[in-house]
Formats: sequence, structure tokens, C-alpha cells
Amino acid sequence: MVLVYAETPNGQLKKAAFEAVSYGKKVAALLGQPCAAITLGTVAAKAGELGKYGAEKVYNIANEQLNHLDSQVAATVMANAAAQLNATVVVLSHSSTGKAIAGRLAVRLNAGLVSGVNSLPELQNGALHVKKSVFSGKAIAEYAISTPVKILSLMGNAIRPEATGAAVDVEALNIEVPTGRINVKSLKTIEGRVPLPEAEIVVSAGRGMKDPSNWGIVEDLAEVLDATTACSRPVADSDWRPHHEHVGQTGIAIRPNLYIAIGISGAIQHLAGVNNSKVIVVINKDPEAPFFKAADYGVVGDLFDVVPRLTESIKKFKASN
Amino acid sequence: MKFLVCIAQTPDTTAKVSFDGDGKAYNSTGVQFIMNPYDEWYALVRACELRETLGGAVTAINVGPATNETTIRKALAIGADEAVRIDAEPSGSAFVARQIAAYAEDKGFDLIFLGKETIDYNGAEVGAMLAEYLDLPFVPLASKLELAGSSATVERDIEGGVEVLECNLPLVVSASKGMAEQRIPNMRGIMMARTKPLQVVQPVDFEEPVEAVRFTLPPVKAGVKLVDPEQMDELVRLLHEEAKVL
Repeated sequence: MVLVYAETPNGQLKKAAFEAVSYGKKVAALLGQPCAAITLGTVAAKAGELGKYGAEKVYNIANEQLNHLDSQVAATVMANAAAQLNATVVVLSHSSTGKAIAGRLAVRLNAGLVSGVNSLPELQNGALHVKKSVFSGKAIAEYAISTPVKILSLMGNAIRPEATGAAVDVEALNIEVPTGRINVKSLKTIEGRVPLPEAEIVVSAGRGMKDPSNWGIVEDLAEVLDATTACSRPVADSDWRPHHEHVGQTGIAIRPNLYIAIGISGAIQHLAGVNNSKVIVVINKDPEAPFFKAADYGVVGDLFDVVPRLTESIKKFKASN
Repeated sequence: MKFLVCIAQTPDTTAKVSFDGDGKAYNSTGVQFIMNPYDEWYALVRACELRETLGGAVTAINVGPATNETTIRKALAIGADEAVRIDAEPSGSAFVARQIAAYAEDKGFDLIFLGKETIDYNGAEVGAMLAEYLDLPFVPLASKLELAGSSATVERDIEGGVEVLECNLPLVVSASKGMAEQRIPNMRGIMMARTKPLQVVQPVDFEEPVEAVRFTLPPVKAGVKLVDPEQMDELVRLLHEEAKVL
């Protein structure tokens, strides 16, 4: 069986879980095996909805200790669940949760792990061949896993969740939950839009904005696109924008469908964090800005004119579609 | 307090990425190698800061060939007290984690730091594996860490927020931006690094379970399509009809 760990931050099902189950379903089809999903802790949402994305069975271990992440506890429980259900492949999301668990699970199950995969695997002589982006998007690596149990963690936004089936009943799975050593004290959530790693459209701005008071035009554009805002490193370092908005090599690496870069020159460290974006639009008054080389569409012009004009065009487009 | 910092060596951020003829291995000809920035700027520097206030020793550990010693000496110049090199090609995450665990298991480290991922293979796997081998708690993506006695308070980046947690030592932590500020080694540090102990340890037997089959370069972008700054309706049309992202 292909067992998908469907993460439920704050008891909710998010896009990451739907993506992982959709991916797990396709891996299961490749192997001619069933696909099941598992959720840990108290799940407020209807976990049976995962059936729509391809899980033939959905299991839950409803122990409150699992509501907060302790990688030791979660990996122990997941390893036991995988053994009990005879899982041959375990799929997780390459998220802050998946990164805590996947490596531990690999050690526990003597399994080969490839993390951050971005496409469907192929079966070659019993080995699972799977690809991922390496060197911050500058190369693609193909790995082969031939251990009896295989673990894959899926990069966010790598595949589209597909709801084609029907919801199923949730079955309780009886697995002992050990006591954890990590005590989660609080959660500070960032108000606002979709978190950057999950965002499908990102509007990002850099030093070309000249002053933090000019950010209104960036926020207006983000608003009409229902996009998440981001910024370059110098902007975060001068505290023009909060640090959690910094995308790039040392900040967050993202892979949205559309990345709009405004007044960002495109230093290699910035590109490392964004060049897995599907489509890149660059707006810059300097035609020599290196970012144009990595862009799909470019506008050479004064951002203070171009950005509001683009916002208006999108408004018009949205109104007529 | 005993700190262990795992450092990887990676090609410089600006290095050209290419592979040998059959795509089996990274082509390192003419490439400058550096300490993985997450390991250096965040993990190592925070360990050194804590050692400076709390006392103890920082050990830097690397799995790699003798040519990595320049990178290891830099860790000593930045402030590590001693270094260990496990003399083996780092063939994969599990291999590296197993080697470091074999060294660390009887040394009684209180806090084991590493960067959140390496900038070459972008795995973010070693920390969780190492913690599992050592049966220790693991906190990935930590942007802040304070110690009070034997208890650590850690902030870590999660999607859309920050999680604050407490955990008793010993603990494995992977560091992200915010944990510390980059330190440039000074001349005194560089001089002292030459005489600090660098122990070479033989690897334990372990077969890496994942095989790197080949590396390829991503398809070259078609080139930028320039749109007149007066014609934003046209850009929207292209994004909708051609790129299909609106």
C-alpha cells in the first residue's frame, strides 16, 4: 500500500495534504497498490474528504498528544502505522512538518528517502526512480530507491490536487502514542494571505521601491491577484518589510505558478529562491538587470507607472472573466 | 556545555552548475567550494555565541575527503574549538547522518546544530536522520534558540507563522535565517585555527540506500518576452492565454 501522511495544521486540511494524497494516488496506480491516507491528532476538518483526492481509506490516530508536532512521537507512530498497514511507499509533504519527520521515518523503516520530489516516479527493475530539483533550481537530480520501503516527500505546488473520487469514512487506527519531549508553548501566526511556500501567485518587490512608504502599489497589485507579497533580502535587512517575506537563498525558497518581481535586480542569491517558479514576470527600469535573463516576461519601465497600470489591467480582466 | 556543529562543504552560490559526461557527478573543475551558508552563518555562529556566554566547547564535524580541510579550518577560524573530519565521500544524507551519529553517540553532546539544508542537494534530511540515530528530539527550521539551564526555548519557522517550543537538552536543531548573524573570521581567528586540533576519524560501514542515477540541467528558458510598459493589457493577455497562470 501507498500510505500518505496528510498533515493537519491546527486540525485543518490544507492544500499540502490534498497534493500529497493526489500524488500518493498516482504512485499507487503506478505500483498497482491501494492508496491510504493517515491523519494524526484531533482533526477538526472532515478527513474523509481525502477520499475525493484518491485515498481509498483514511485513518486517524486521535490522540491529543499528536496535535502538536514532536518529530520523535510522530515518526514512531507513523513507523508503526506503516508496518501495521504493510506500506511499501510513504508519502509526506516537504513542509516544516514533513522535514521534521521524513528523515526519522527513513531511519526507523530502513527506507530510502528522497525529499522534495517534484514529479511522478517511474518504476525501473523494481526500483523507484524519482526526480527533484537540486542546486536551488539549477539542476535536476534523478534518484533510484530500491529498499523494500520507500519514502518520498513532495515539494509544495509541484502537482495540482485532483478531486475526482468520493469522500470515505474515517477509520480509527489503534497505535500506542509515546510521550514526547517537546513542549509547544505557542504559535504566532502571520496575519494575512496564504503562506509564501503555498502561494500560487507571489508579488515581490526590492530596493527599486526606494522607500517602505511606497509599498501601497505592491499591495494593491497583490490584492487584485489574490497573491502573497514577498521581498528581496536588502529590503528585509533594512526592515522595510518583515523578515518572513524575504525570498531567496537565505530566506524562503518558493515555487509559485506566477512570480512578479518589481524593482529587484535579480542577484544569483535571489534567483536561487525563486527560479523554480513556473512563470516569472520582471518589472525593472534597468534593461541590463540580470533578472531579465531568468524571466519569461519583462517590462522595462518605471515601476511607479507600470505597477498601477498592471493593477488596473488585471482589475479589468477579472471583471470581464 | 558541549556543542556539535555539522558542517557541509558546497559549491559557492555563484558557481556554474555542470556535470560530467554521463551526468553521474558534479563537475567541480574550477569551482570554488565554501562552507554551506546555513551551517556557517546560522548554526556555527549561534553555537559559538552560546559557548561564549555559557562556556564549554564547540566541535565542528564534517564528512568528506582531505580537500575539505580548508572549509573545516574556516569553522575553527570563526570560533569552533576543535574539529573532526570523517574521512569518506559523503555519498548521501543517510550515510552522512550515520557517520556523524557513530562519532557523536558516546560523546555526550548537549546541543547538536546544523543548517536547515545544504544549498547543493537541498535535502533537509540529515538533521532528522541524525536525531533518530541518536534517539534525540529534533527541531528543524529554528530561527531563534535560547538556553536556560538544561532547557532550550526555540522558535521555528512554520507555514504562515512561528512555533515557540521548549525542550530539555540534549537536542538536535537545524538553523534557518534569524538564528545568528554571519561572522567574518578575523586575523587572530585565522592564526589560531592553524593550531586547533583537527582529528581525522575513519568511517563506519554503511551502505547509502539512495542512488543518484543522473543529473541534468533544466530546460533553457525561451528567453524573456518584453512587453511595452504602456501595454499592460497585453501582458495580462499573455499571462492568461499563453502562460495560463491567470
